[in-house]
Amino acid sequence: MENAHIEAVGHAAETIGRLAVHHVSYLWLIPLFPIVGAAINATIGWKLQRIFGKKIVHRIAVTAMLLAFGTALFAFAQMLALPAEERFLQNTLWNLLTAGRLTVDLGFSLDQLSMMMVLVITGIGSLIHVFSIGYMADEPAYWRFFSYLNLFVFAMLLLVMGDNFAMMFFGWEGVGLASYLLIAFWYTDPEKAAAGMKAFVVNRFGDFGFLAGLLLLFWGLGGGWQPRDQGLRNLDYLPKAELNATAAASTAAQADALAPRIEGVKVGPTMNFRELRDQVVVEGTGVKEGLLHKTVWGIPLLMLVGMLLFIGAMGKSAQLPLYVWLPDAMAGPTPVSALIHAATMVTAGVYMVARLSFIYALDPSAMGWVALIGALTAIFAASIGFFQYDIKKVLAYSTVSQLGFMFIGVGVGAYWAGAYHLLTHAFFKATLFLGSGSVILGCHHEQDMRKMGGLKKHMPITRITYLAACWAIAGFPWMNGFYSKDEILWKAFTSEHLALFGHPTPWLGGLIYLIGIVTATGTSFYMFRSYYMTFTGAYRGGEGHHDEHNEDPHAATATAMSATSVAVHASDGAVHADGHAHGHPAPAPAHGSHAAPAHAAASHAGHGHGHDDHAAAQDDGAHAHGGHHGGTPHESPWTITLVLSLLALGSFLTLFLGIPTAWTHRAPLLEHWLAPALAEGIAFAEKPPWMEFAFQGIGVLAGTVGWFFAMVLYKDARSTVPASLKERFAGIWTVVYDKYYVDELYAATVLKPAVWVARAFSRFDGTILDGLVNFAGAVGRSLGRFDAAIDRYLVDGAVNAFAAGTLGFGRSLRGIQTGRIQTYLYGALGGALVVVLLNFLIQ
Amino acid sequence: MVTLTHFLVVGALLFTLGLVTVATRRNAVGVLMGVELILNGANVNFVAFNHYVTGGVSGQVFALFVIVLAAAEAAVGLAIVLSIFQTFKTIDVRFADLMRE
Repeated sequence: MENAHIEAVGHAAETIGRLAVHHVSYLWLIPLFPIVGAAINATIGWKLQRIFGKKIVHRIAVTAMLLAFGTALFAFAQMLALPAEERFLQNTLWNLLTAGRLTVDLGFSLDQLSMMMVLVITGIGSLIHVFSIGYMADEPAYWRFFSYLNLFVFAMLLLVMGDNFAMMFFGWEGVGLASYLLIAFWYTDPEKAAAGMKAFVVNRFGDFGFLAGLLLLFWGLGGGWQPRDQGLRNLDYLPKAELNATAAASTAAQADALAPRIEGVKVGPTMNFRELRDQVVVEGTGVKEGLLHKTVWGIPLLMLVGMLLFIGAMGKSAQLPLYVWLPDAMAGPTPVSALIHAATMVTAGVYMVARLSFIYALDPSAMGWVALIGALTAIFAASIGFFQYDIKKVLAYSTVSQLGFMFIGVGVGAYWAGAYHLLTHAFFKATLFLGSGSVILGCHHEQDMRKMGGLKKHMPITRITYLAACWAIAGFPWMNGFYSKDEILWKAFTSEHLALFGHPTPWLGGLIYLIGIVTATGTSFYMFRSYYMTFTGAYRGGEGHHDEHNEDPHAATATAMSATSVAVHASDGAVHADGHAHGHPAPAPAHGSHAAPAHAAASHAGHGHGHDDHAAAQDDGAHAHGGHHGGTPHESPWTITLVLSLLALGSFLTLFLGIPTAWTHRAPLLEHWLAPALAEGIAFAEKPPWMEFAFQGIGVLAGTVGWFFAMVLYKDARSTVPASLKERFAGIWTVVYDKYYVDELYAATVLKPAVWVARAFSRFDGTILDGLVNFAGAVGRSLGRFDAAIDRYLVDGAVNAFAAGTLGFGRSLRGIQTGRIQTYLYGALGGALVVVLLNFLIQ
Repeated sequence: MVTLTHFLVVGALLFTLGLVTVATRRNAVGVLMGVELILNGANVNFVAFNHYVTGGVSGQVFALFVIVLAAAEAAVGLAIVLSIFQTFKTIDVRFADLMRE
């Protein structure tokens, strides 16, 4: 590796915005490996799979991941060797765009925050790739799955490693695409395809906000054209004088050299995170003041930017009200849920807020908005999680809820705590999801917890890891979740500077704390509920449907649907036949001709759906306990249990990153590590140390209470209380079980009007626009006819008349041409006579 | 006193008679004879101009040339007439109108 050299160490070294930059040349390798893996599997994966078997496919994918992880570790080692304030690795590949003074590079950078993210993505990503080997073993489109998975990792790495907004946005959209592809992985099932589309569309809503926020921020930074004189709208916009300074620059380097600098910091429009941060943090540039004083229609610019960017986070990180896609996203394969919808992609919003903490820190209203939405999402999603029976749905709502916690963290200004919760959550939620995947696999693709139970003797490793992750998420001090969650709640409680829409709200911190602690209790309850329902008591499965491996759980539904449609077809045919029989007494052949298609549909629908290589197996096993597994659950293969153990171990080990200050009188390791990358100067109220201990006690108590109730109500499935409670509060239960009818609400408020508008437009299109088009067509047609008439009668007429005239003239001339030599002689004589006469006359 | 004008009048008469003969006769042989008259009309002019105007012998030599030419022409012309007769079975020039086509 080339010698890292230090650039731009200004004289004002104490300011945080002036980090030294180490230029390195290998960062691009980290996203390169996954994209190469994805490309190989996408293009020739099917062939490789057919020739060499599935091994080669996952070897390619996992090797790509391990190489990326190795490179990331190398970067981490290099970063560790540097002094804290110089930990910034930069690798600029080439210039993407130069417009005036704005330059956008294809560049990767790693600071402490993105380093953490990269390690999580590649590390946990590698583990989940390994997990997928066992989980997807029976998938025919194995290569497609691994290709998508690698593609996702590539996009996610772009998102966190890109050194500017453009790169981040590429990644932002890329992960959305990969997420869509993976949710709708089993696209033959319309329900899953619809879930993928839903995720994509909802994310697009968020992306709109994100993009709007970016553009507004860019405008606020002076990237827009300014009116020449204030107040008066000037129609011929002129750039500010300073903007012209580099108008002549044609290359990025020239523009960079010409750009005005203040204290070594390039001033002006930029998309680079570090440059932007320098501009904001270094006082002399005046950018901060400019941003603070700028308003849009009377609304402070920063508040608007913060809220709009957070709308992007709402979509990507599944916050109220755009969370609806995440529970549906559970339609994807379980490793996808673990990787994308728990550990990495959904934390992109948290990462984004932490990355832009220097912007958010400037405006309390933006922060209050983030924190409040986070808190509301946390409790709302947790309450839905209470009564779900689908184990993946429980985890999905739990994820939404935990993301809410992260946003509380970054919202109240405890950026490191939010990032820490991101890290711990990545571990324990990946454990939970993969544990649920292992359970689902062991129970032959059963996801309903009512049909599980007693799995602890069948799946000991899965059970232990699941329990450990439950402890983590419930917040017990021997696992990592406690440290991050308690730090977040403590910071929320001590924050006093939050505001909402420009009004200071010192009470908001306390409120958020209250919501948070209630949510923590609930979290503990529903997580242990899922644990007890799944692992204790007697096994309740073994009956009901038993599908082959990889026959997705919806296949049963699909079969039922096919059966229904068959019935419909059949009866349809019957009706037709009857109708004919009554209407026309004679035509017996009509029976045959109408009934035959119905029969064809029946025989076709029986085999037409699902994966063809399992259709036969399904027919065998649909009613009896067919297949080679019998009815008992079984522990998963070693790849799965190994990954579960490693992740559970990680959930334990990462607790050491966040030992609270109150215990050691030192900043937690991760806070210390992340400090240079995050905004400083967020004030928290000073509280006596006993109070922090007390709050930690309350946190543990909350977890214990939740655990206790879950144990009483659900352990071994003995208690009848849940059932009686369910009877008693059937109304509320139904409302919560049906997720507060939010989907229905969306259907009524968004979907229906949208469909209505679409219909209206369609009608508009069908009548008015088509009418206009048809009218234009008709006008054109009549014009054409008129033109044709002109052509036929005038133009053709003239031509024909000319031809006819010529013909007649020729005919009349023909008489002269007798062919007799004497006639010609007359002509010659006549001519000579004329010549002679003229000769006389002219003289 | 016989002057140049008398000779010229005779020449012109001959030429005119020849021309009329060529233009009006239906018999191809008659047409050829008309051509002879035209040539001889020209000959009279040659000789008369030689005698009254230029002197020497060039006009008379030219007249001899024309007589030789007329003999040759008569030979070619009669051959053509024979050919016409073979084609049309007549020597009436009204029927020799193939040039119309």
